Amino acid sequence: MAQQTLLQARGIVKNFGHVRALRGCDFDVYPGEVVAMIGDNGAGKSTLVKIVAGVQPPDNGELYFDGEPVTLADPTEAQALGIETVYQDLALAPDLDPAANLFLGREVLKPGLIGKLGFLDTKAMTAKTLAAFKNLGAGVQSATAPVATMSGGQRQSIAVSRAATWADRLVIMDEPTAALGVVQSRAVLELIRRVRDQGIAVIIISHNMPEVLSVSDRVEVLRLGRRVAQFVTADTDMEALVAAMTGARVQEDAG
Amino acid sequence: MTQIPETDLDTNGATDAEGAQAPPSALKWLTDRLADSTAFIFVALLAMILVFTVLRPDAFATVNNLRNIAIAASILLVLSIGQTFVIGTAGIDISVGSMLVFSGVVASLAMAEVGGGQGWASVGVGVAVSLLAGGFWGMVNGLLVTKVKLPPLIVTLGTFGGVLGLAKVLTGGINLRTVPNELVNTLGIGRAFGVVPWLVILALVLTAIFGVVLRYTRFGRYTLAIGSNEEAARRVGIDVDLHLLKVYTLSGLLAGVAGIMNLARFTNTTIQGHDTDNLQSIAAVVIGGTSLFGGIATMFGTLVGVFIPTTLQNGFVILRIQPFWQEVAVGAVLILAVYVDQLKRRARNRL
Repeated sequence: MAQQTLLQARGIVKNFGHVRALRGCDFDVYPGEVVAMIGDNGAGKSTLVKIVAGVQPPDNGELYFDGEPVTLADPTEAQALGIETVYQDLALAPDLDPAANLFLGREVLKPGLIGKLGFLDTKAMTAKTLAAFKNLGAGVQSATAPVATMSGGQRQSIAVSRAATWADRLVIMDEPTAALGVVQSRAVLELIRRVRDQGIAVIIISHNMPEVLSVSDRVEVLRLGRRVAQFVTADTDMEALVAAMTGARVQEDAG
Repeated sequence: MTQIPETDLDTNGATDAEGAQAPPSALKWLTDRLADSTAFIFVALLAMILVFTVLRPDAFATVNNLRNIAIAASILLVLSIGQTFVIGTAGIDISVGSMLVFSGVVASLAMAEVGGGQGWASVGVGVAVSLLAGGFWGMVNGLLVTKVKLPPLIVTLGTFGGVLGLAKVLTGGINLRTVPNELVNTLGIGRAFGVVPWLVILALVLTAIFGVVLRYTRFGRYTLAIGSNEEAARRVGIDVDLHLLKVYTLSGLLAGVAGIMNLARFTNTTIQGHDTDNLQSIAAVVIGGTSLFGGIATMFGTLVGVFIPTTLQNGFVILRIQPFWQEVAVGAVLILAVYVDQLKRRARNRL
């Protein structure tokens, strides 16, 4: 593809003691696409995501954002580039309400002196949260009940909405539907498409092949710490994906 | 854009959006309070007062007696304000009583050096030294929790013993009695308009201020976010260590305030009198509805939680019941409060 990549990983190496999680891994994301990252357990998906999200530094290799080399020392540096991550374990504060979670670390303060004293503009945050949910069709009506009282699907919707609200460029989702039922999964996938339609690229990690085929524009396959295949979703099928994941078929030019 | 109907995942737990934007009213405030466990304990306090009043109207429900209850609660209340923030972060501060004693001791030593232990200059120096000493030990707690990564229980257990020990080293274990009359006659035994003791007013004003801080400011929001899910707070870029340092320092500062109140009230350093302040403040905070597991905290609850043991003790004395029963009752209420908290969490986290 001649198009400029949004994010490019080249030759990423990451070891945990004797475990070689990533052995020179490449990865590409183009603007405004949903790219699925698939691979068997231990392929290095979660490690690669943590590196792109700034949670862990790579031992070796380069990251390019908009073609420029970048280093991401911590999550806030990734956030500054417009990258947000939805973690597998949700990472919401269950005792706080959706608005507090959506604005966590980015609280809106009241205008004037009272805001300088640290007073929260709860009304503004609640209104913006409800607007974000409505805009994304997130299916969460209350911005004021504790998140812990809500269903798994609603919580995941809140996490995805938070990421979509703050990400200008890229949302990373680590198994966003792993803990959800069928109906709730479908709603989250719909949410992912809406995020993409707003011009934000999405990386989705998933083990669910029908889900990958339904939501993604492209698929990149990791195996044993390397990228072993790239597919355009419309031109592939489940058999080809599984063959690439298990090493039954190898694309020579992918690594 | 594709058109998708408002996907309705689950209607449970979804209250209407209008309710969230209704103008706050006194009635709503009251119903909100009644919805949480603080309400239950508040009703329990009212019932307790009612029973004592009915049994001994002549002795219990008098201005004098109620004033005594409020005075007895005031110092513990100030310690419990800091404890509410600390427990809100899912931490704990066992050292509050020791920081109180240490602050009082160094303040008394400092006041003896200025104006021979009398006069307003002496009071000013004492207050400053007490706050500095409390804040210092609070900061030490905070640094050990955040930088050395030790559990709060162990850190404050260490400073609980160590700081009290240092206070005894400084005094040879004998109570200091240098307290300026200016301090005793105002904060110690003085009353606003001849009715409300200044000790009580100071404690209530601090409770109100920090209740607002907890509920309406970013400081309070971060406190509960960290207590609810520390990792989530870190991932969104909140400086968790710095915030915890502030919270433990606040607890120490308030212990410094309580140290001055203690000197003013008792006119000596009462070194032996604060061994159970920590447990009393933790009990008050938890009875008030603040979750021992962090993330949920209410200052109004703490206020009620402080008054329950104090009122019980007072009522038992008046009814000529052995006052030791108060300790038994508070222990039982504490266990009940934690049990209710756990039940609520289990019911809520339905996933």
